[in-house]
Amino acid sequence: MTWTQRPVMVRGARLVDPGEGLDEVGDCLVADGRIRALGGRGDADGAQVIEAEGLWLVPGLVDPHVHLREPGLTHKEDIATGARAAVAGGFVAVAAMPNTRPVVDSPELITYVRMRSDAVGLCRVLPVGAITRGQAGRELAQIGDMAAAGAVALSDDGQGVQSAGMMRCALRYASAFGLPLLLHEQDDTLAGDGVVHEGAVATRLGLAGQPREAEEAMVLRDVHLVERNGGRIHLCHLSTAGAVQVVREAKARGLRVSAEVTPHHLLLTDEAARGYDTRAKCNPPLRTDGDRRALVDGLVDGTIDCIATDHAPHTDDEKEGDFVSAAFGISGLETALALVLTHLVDSGRLSPAALVERMSFGPCRVLGLCRHRLREGAVANLTLIDPGVRWTVEPQRFHSRGHATPFAGARLKGRSRGVFVDGRWMAS
Amino acid sequence: MKDLLGIEELTRQDMERYLATAVDLKARLRQGAKKMAVLSGRVVVTLFLEASTRTRTSFELAGRFLGAHVQSFALAQSSVDKGETLVDTARALDAMAVDAIVVRHAVAGVPHDLARRLEAAVVNAGDGWHEHPTQALLDALTILERRGRVEGQRIAILGDIRHSRVARSAMLAYGGLGASVTVFGPATLVPEGVEAYGAEVATSLEAALAGADVVQVLRIQRERMHAGLIPSLEEYHRRFGLTQERLRLARPDAVVMHPGPVNRGVEIESRVADGPRSAVMQAVENGVAMRMAVLCHLLGEGGSR
Repeated sequence: MTWTQRPVMVRGARLVDPGEGLDEVGDCLVADGRIRALGGRGDADGAQVIEAEGLWLVPGLVDPHVHLREPGLTHKEDIATGARAAVAGGFVAVAAMPNTRPVVDSPELITYVRMRSDAVGLCRVLPVGAITRGQAGRELAQIGDMAAAGAVALSDDGQGVQSAGMMRCALRYASAFGLPLLLHEQDDTLAGDGVVHEGAVATRLGLAGQPREAEEAMVLRDVHLVERNGGRIHLCHLSTAGAVQVVREAKARGLRVSAEVTPHHLLLTDEAARGYDTRAKCNPPLRTDGDRRALVDGLVDGTIDCIATDHAPHTDDEKEGDFVSAAFGISGLETALALVLTHLVDSGRLSPAALVERMSFGPCRVLGLCRHRLREGAVANLTLIDPGVRWTVEPQRFHSRGHATPFAGARLKGRSRGVFVDGRWMAS
Repeated sequence: MKDLLGIEELTRQDMERYLATAVDLKARLRQGAKKMAVLSGRVVVTLFLEASTRTRTSFELAGRFLGAHVQSFALAQSSVDKGETLVDTARALDAMAVDAIVVRHAVAGVPHDLARRLEAAVVNAGDGWHEHPTQALLDALTILERRGRVEGQRIAILGDIRHSRVARSAMLAYGGLGASVTVFGPATLVPEGVEAYGAEVATSLEAALAGADVVQVLRIQRERMHAGLIPSLEEYHRRFGLTQERLRLARPDAVVMHPGPVNRGVEIESRVADGPRSAVMQAVENGVAMRMAVLCHLLGEGGSR
């Protein structure tokens, strides 16, 4: 991976930005951090030229949900390895969840993540602060101070906020600071010790399952709390058809509710856990094909605003061993774009413009960021996609320290060629 | 076949072969042949990470009667929950040229993981809620002896289906051998997806028992009460227990089975468990013969290593 501050000319790419009504072949000149010339055939004028015939240049992709494990869990990942993985995956910015050690629940730790992000100097790593102190679900974290320090959102991700009273307070308090709550919707009394979806596959494997209601009951509760109290919630990694329907209805009622889905929930079912394959162990669990299809439909019709990786790296040892003790989580940054291109764009379910909407605009909207755009004068946050290249997922070659993915060995079509982060070109 | 991990991996032919061998071995045992040389020079280790006396003893006697050297490996309860410890332990045993490892573990899939990593034959003696293949095979042997055949029998399995490896292996084995299986238990203890085993879920205890040739009762554990899945063991007995009176709904010559140990007066009353239709002790005897058959097939004549 290299980056340069020399002017860069992307030559002959398909320029796709539905926000600007743009879809045409042309050049893009980036200099001093901004787009200086766009469209037509430009003059390279000493710039580094990237021949981009057949490639797509789009507003920079953003992942609203990653675990970069720093501080404290850096044997799994750190901000440098995670950011490198993000750039390799075509992302210009990622939102880092606060379930680290210690939990990011103070302005000092928000500042720490931002400083590390700047020092690493790859993609932007946007800090998410905890909703409750230590993510323990009992007292509010320093929400206002964290907002002032630059937190983009709040989340107790990794677990659900069990207490409805606590959630109500958080909604009311946080709304004054304009931060969304990114909610991991899980009722622990329903999820129990479940390690897979509760259903026929769990029964066959003799494993404890999590029923759909573990997610749906919380989604219903929190949508209702928003209806009564205001505030803005974003539902993380939806996994059930029922949850999609609740979001659809909430949006129809005009509530400020948004949602995300992961590539693995869009493409796999609980069948992936057969043979006790711990690479498919994630939380919420992979569910049935009916759920999976409802998630795809929700993504296509806009009920689900964005795709998030829930990049959850663990060491190889932590993902080894028996299914119950293996860690939950999939390494997702370096496969997400390619999976979406292969299975949703190439098949026609999502147009290139819709891909931009779900992987760039949607996440920006959720996190309150200015939309990335292809327009002269705009700060250059762009992703250059090669939609045709065929490659095989080889987790041991990931930049991430997390190698566990149920897509290991998958043959994919398309991937990122590189990104511009605030005008700096970095090859993927 | 290197291992016996579950009924799921067996064909009907495999099961019939096990049954035939067990019938033969049982006859020889009854003639007093407790020192056979079939597995002389072979080493069998039992690695039980969950409390069990009868299954372990059954396997150990089976190995000894066949002339194998049998070693029991007891891991301290404290190190049990670490999957890695078990893998490393099993690898060490493998390096010591053990021929077969009989493993019981509280987590489903552990024997399968070991089987992939080890040269030794792995026999699943129960993994979590998943499978307990030798129990199903010995029960099939019992049904065969009592009823003359397994095919065509109507078999009711009663109780805690959800947490039962015995039920899962039994549904696969009986169904695979041509019997029809009906299950029944409290709704909190019947999991989704029983149909995928080819079994039917009855709507009442009476419906499950009606016309049954075989009634297999499962053990109910006290922890199910603490988890809020049933109100009390007393109510369980009143609503779901197999009593003499309820057994009248089954065929008059129906066989009663229970994998043991029996909670007397809970899932089954003693009059039934000890009564003339009970095959509980016969099944225990068959257990040794069936486990001998399994070890013979896996280790005998060029098996394993």
